[in-house]
Amino acid sequence: MTKAITVSGLHKSFGRTHALDGLDLEVETGEVHGFLGPNGAGKSTTIRVLLGLLRADAGAAQVLGRDPWADAVEVHRRIAYVPGDVTLWRNLSGGEVIDLFGRLRGGLDPARRAELIDRFELDPTKKGRTYSKGNRQKVALVAAFASDVDLLILDEPTSGLDPLMEEVFQRCVEEERDRGRTILLSSHILSEVEELCDRVSIIRNGRTVETGSLADLRHLTRTSVSAELAGPPNGLAALPGVHDLDVQGHRVRLQVDTDKLDAVLRQLSESGVRSLTSTPPTLEELFLRHYQEAAS
Amino acid sequence: MTSLAGTGVLLRFSLRRDRLMIPVWVAVNALMVLSMPASLKGLYGTDAERADLIHQVETNASFRALIGPVFDTDLGALTAWRVGVYAGLVAAAMSLLIVVRHTRDEEESGRQELVASGMVGRRASLTAALLAAGVANAVLALLVTVGLAGQGVVGALALGLGIAAVGMVFATMAAIVAQLTESARLARGLTSAVLGAAFVLRAAGDSASDDGSSVLTWLSPLGWLENLRPYADERWWVLALFAAAILLQAGGAYELAGRRDVGMSFFPTRPGPATGRLSTASALAWRLQRGSVYGWSLAFFVVGVVYGGLTDGVADLVGDNENAREIFERMGGQSGLEDAFLASMVGMMGLIAALYVVQSVLRLHGEETSGRAEPVLANAVSRLGWAAGHLVVAFGGAVLLMLLTGLGFAVGYGKEVGPILGACLVQVPAVWVIGGLAVALYGLLPRAAMAAWGVAGAVLLIGWVGPALDAPQAVLDLSPFGHLPKLPGGEMSWGPVVLLTGIAAALLAAGLTGLRRRDLTT
Repeated sequence: MTKAITVSGLHKSFGRTHALDGLDLEVETGEVHGFLGPNGAGKSTTIRVLLGLLRADAGAAQVLGRDPWADAVEVHRRIAYVPGDVTLWRNLSGGEVIDLFGRLRGGLDPARRAELIDRFELDPTKKGRTYSKGNRQKVALVAAFASDVDLLILDEPTSGLDPLMEEVFQRCVEEERDRGRTILLSSHILSEVEELCDRVSIIRNGRTVETGSLADLRHLTRTSVSAELAGPPNGLAALPGVHDLDVQGHRVRLQVDTDKLDAVLRQLSESGVRSLTSTPPTLEELFLRHYQEAAS
Repeated sequence: MTSLAGTGVLLRFSLRRDRLMIPVWVAVNALMVLSMPASLKGLYGTDAERADLIHQVETNASFRALIGPVFDTDLGALTAWRVGVYAGLVAAAMSLLIVVRHTRDEEESGRQELVASGMVGRRASLTAALLAAGVANAVLALLVTVGLAGQGVVGALALGLGIAAVGMVFATMAAIVAQLTESARLARGLTSAVLGAAFVLRAAGDSASDDGSSVLTWLSPLGWLENLRPYADERWWVLALFAAAILLQAGGAYELAGRRDVGMSFFPTRPGPATGRLSTASALAWRLQRGSVYGWSLAFFVVGVVYGGLTDGVADLVGDNENAREIFERMGGQSGLEDAFLASMVGMMGLIAALYVVQSVLRLHGEETSGRAEPVLANAVSRLGWAAGHLVVAFGGAVLLMLLTGLGFAVGYGKEVGPILGACLVQVPAVWVIGGLAVALYGLLPRAAMAAWGVAGAVLLIGWVGPALDAPQAVLDLSPFGHLPKLPGGEMSWGPVVLLTGIAAALLAAGLTGLRRRDLTT
């Protein structure tokens, strides 16, 4: 597979703030790539560098095989972008904006445009100033999904959408992937990312801390185990990789590094297991771990 | 009185937000009035000169249309005559901006929702906006009264109150218009149009009558101000007219405000087309700026016609007054009073066109900082391609405006069409230099882009006040307009025209290079 986006060692400072501090990112052609990180981690800055709106201080970035700064116009012909906070012109209707953006990219499929307006329940005759936040977001989404492009860059695109529209959005992303398009999806809605993304990158303080498929990432993290035993447990605390051990009589709750799970199960079964639940880490837990480490 | 709950807090908040804007407006206006007695004393020092002036005003309709009728010969009355209407105009502009800013602007941005959800009564925001305008006008009235007390306290009080009353008439009118439109820009535009009409009515009335008694004059709040007759047996009852208008309009605004929902208006936004024809960034730029271009064009043409029409009588106007003649000549022309008048008017329009070009160039800055440029530039649009559309409107618009001014003069004056058009076009390179400076600031120092307004303001001040105040040549030379040949009447010299065009091009190139190389502000 070729790479749609390759970023290595990206640095960007604004005055004294280091927004990006050696960030790496690789997005394969045809995949949906989740781009996660706490607020202020550098997601939007990265995306703006990928769009050639900001110039990186150091490091290399390639989008669709080109330099996004030097060849911005050529690259943009094959890209559609949806920002997290869409601002529209007060006296242009939504339909006018959709058509303008389509024409300024590779072109617009009119049938797809009509279908998307219908599915997103958007009124394209309203003027920019009368749209709510969610509806402004829909204008940009319709323009992006109806455009004939190879790469979609979506920066928290569903902020302000209701759950029904969130569902429509997810179907649209799946359809785009089935057509062979590449999608970089920055999001805070982890269920959305879990549902849609083939691979994710988690960034923190301008640096990539995890990247890989969800299965890969889960392997690196902790599983929560809770069990009811026949007798009092023993020896658990001494096992490597066990965290947050909580024993209440015969009940045990603990977290264990996923690759150390085997030893814990053996130890538990020595005391006789009455019931056992083991939960793989959700993306949320995975994510919270990074958030909390970031905070501490 | 729960509908007024929170008014005090909102008023303090409004005044805090306007802590720079209001003092600047008030100070500039007050300075304009208070500097007048000294300047008039220089121009019309002797009784003979004053008698001569009165005679001219009485016999010259053009003169009265420009400034208004004069009612007495002492310095106070002359001051009221010379600046009264203009001080009223400035107070009205200030007031309408304050009121729209704190009413419709707030609703349009959605901030009002946040405020209204607090312990704030239904009428509190409107009341606070009107009170903020009231405070500004009251301070202005006080400054004028105290500052002119040397010429007589009673007349000073009448002039101060009259100026402030004009301000409040337009504050309350803006309050009504802000209820009617959904967009703050439209509210400002409509109220300004009424203000312009009020000025034209007064000018028409005063050219028809030499004592302000024309019906047309009485239809204009600016006409009431002159009919208050400060320093000339004040007619205090005219203040009752102001009071009635202010109360009536305020009542109307409250009535309308009470009948509508927050954020809504009586003329709701009409739906637009479901599909669009815009297909390039330049088409978008024209679409965004065309309304403003139409408005400026109309204004420049009308002003051209009006001043063109006044030119005929101008020779009698300045007549025997050596000082006035000298000042006119210093402001612009060199030979022939009509040419001198035309040249100074053409120069004035050039200075105002500089404001247009700054506004139009800074549209780029507005698009960028509001986040609307980002999605456009994320398409297959280069930065230069994006900027070019707006810059063509800005720099080409400047040519259009000066051309329309020339046509207006031609229509109004009916003579010397070629030379006047030429004189208007000669202003363009200087306007472009200001535009180029705005582009350079925007491209190289985007955070300081707004300083372009300061540059335009400084150039305006140098051009208008500089010559009358005998400012040193070094200061006058700072303005690109100072280097232009004085046309019509003077000798055409291509050197400065070519040089200024070159400077404008260099500034433009520098700004665009900066824009291409820098980060987009987000």
